[in-house]
Parts: sequence; C-alpha cells; structure tokens
Amino acid sequence: MSAPGPGAGGLVRVRNVQAGDLQDVAAIDLEITRLPKPGYWAGIYQRYGTGRRQQRFFLVAEAAGRIEGFVIGEVRDWEFGSPRCGWVFAINVRPGARLAGTGSRLLEAICEGFRRLGVHKVRTMLARDNQLILSFFRSQGMMAAPFIPLEIDLEPAGADRE
Amino acid sequence: MKLQKNTLFALYSVLESASRPERQRSAGEIARKYRISPHHLAKVLHTLAQAGVVESVRGVGGGYRFSGNAKRLTLMDVIELFENINAPGSGRAPGRSGTPRRRRASSEAGVERAVGSVLAEIDEIAKATFRSISVATMLKLIRRRRHG
Repeated sequence: MSAPGPGAGGLVRVRNVQAGDLQDVAAIDLEITRLPKPGYWAGIYQRYGTGRRQQRFFLVAEAAGRIEGFVIGEVRDWEFGSPRCGWVFAINVRPGARLAGTGSRLLEAICEGFRRLGVHKVRTMLARDNQLILSFFRSQGMMAAPFIPLEIDLEPAGADRE
Repeated sequence: MKLQKNTLFALYSVLESASRPERQRSAGEIARKYRISPHHLAKVLHTLAQAGVVESVRGVGGGYRFSGNAKRLTLMDVIELFENINAPGSGRAPGRSGTPRRRRASSEAGVERAVGSVLAEIDEIAKATFRSISVATMLKLIRRRRHG
C-alpha cells in the first residue's frame, strides 16, 4: 500500500511496514510512552507486518528516509454480534513531526485498506485520559460507538469471591 | 454531569462566533437566533470575553467576535468557565444534609458509595468527551449535520 499525498504532507509516503522499519517504530513508541517493549514490537510485526493475512494492516509514514509515524489495525468479524468492522489499535506520530497531517494520512490509508475489504465502519478504543489521541480521532469525525468498555481486577487464584 | 443554562448559552455563542470569526455579532442577534434572554446572554458573553474566548468590539456594528484558537479550545475549556466540575459531590449520590449526625449503618454507606461510584463513572466519561472535542471539531460536526 502506498499513498503519496498533496501539499506539505506530499513529502510523506504511507506504505506497508518493512522489517527494517521496526527499530524506528519502536523508537517512536519509546519516545512517547517511555516504556521499551522490543518483544512486543517483534510480535506485532510477525502478526501484522508480514503481509500473510489480508485483513491486517501495519503501515508507516516515511519522509526523507525516516519513519515519522505508524498505524496498526485489522478487520474483525462478529465480536459480540458486531458485523465486520475495521479496528485501529495503534497510531502514533513522532512528536517532532506532528501537526503536519501525518496522522490524518495514516488514518486515511488504513481506512482505504478497510474499504477495499468491504468494511464500512471503523472503530478504536483508547484510554479516556489520552486526550491527544482522543482529540485526533474526534477531529477525524469519529463519534462514540454503541459499546461500553468494561474491565475487572482479577484476584489471585484461590482468593475468596463474594 | 448536567450543564446549566448559562453553559449551554456559552457553547452556542462560542460555536456561533467561531463559525465566522471575522464577523462580530451582538448579544441580541445570538439571543434571537437561539431564543434566549439577551440580558442572560450578555452576562455569558462578558465571562467569555474576560476569558479571552471572544472579544468585544465597540462602536457602530459592534458586538463580539471569536478570539480563541478553535483547534485548541475544547468544549471543556468553555464549560469550566461556568461550572465547578471538580466540586465535591460532583458525580456522586446526593448526601443527606440536614439529617442529624449519626454513624450510618455500614449497609447504608455501602449503598451510597456504590451508587456514587456509578455516577462518578458516568461523569468521568462525560468529562473525557468534552475534553476531547475542540471547537474546530464541533464546527466540522455542525457542517456535516447540515449537509447530512
């Protein structure tokens, strides 16, 4: 997948990830989260980046030979009765490269991939205190979905439960 | 989180003025459009002007025009000018003020805490929503609703 764009963002090319990009992708994540996770990125590349499954996307935005951002997602079918939809579960742009439309380009590119697979709904989920990415998705027109995320703290095995 | 009338009037005014930032509008003009009291709205606009969200333009044809940064200003930024969103009890079950002081039965306190935690959960989602939507995003949404 390759999606060159117009204007200032025209210098940015969105394409499928390659093995050599992984170090840059992990570095962007580290710069933002401050948590190194090399094993995680190797696993994500194996599952989403090797192109073995048509329904999975791992795209990067490249400018002047440097990776400036990435987006990862997949098509999911019938989760809790939901018809197939596109899921974006990671998107990030190097802090120094923001406000240039790179995030929008990445999202457009993955949505185009979903569209080609016949998907007409895209969803995502993120922490409600992640104002930066929440605002980004809102600015792209995303609205609250008809789902409520739930969680529970698992007690240690053998602990009594009421 | 239940918004007061003033807060809603402020949101209408901000979105109205931000939709055409080059144009100034009088309090009366906005009040007529949204069928609200001009007197009430004048106070709201004064607060918005003090916060730098709108600026007052004097003289013939004067009024207010948007002076904020539409991409940076969120709905929560406007709401916080009119609501004390961090007030104790916000999002919690109402207490029993006026009843004699006594040690409550633990089951009663447990019920209140449980109801309060659910209300707080709803409140947190509302706040996150208001924080994530900028004025620029709202203007896009308004355009889509008009054309949709």
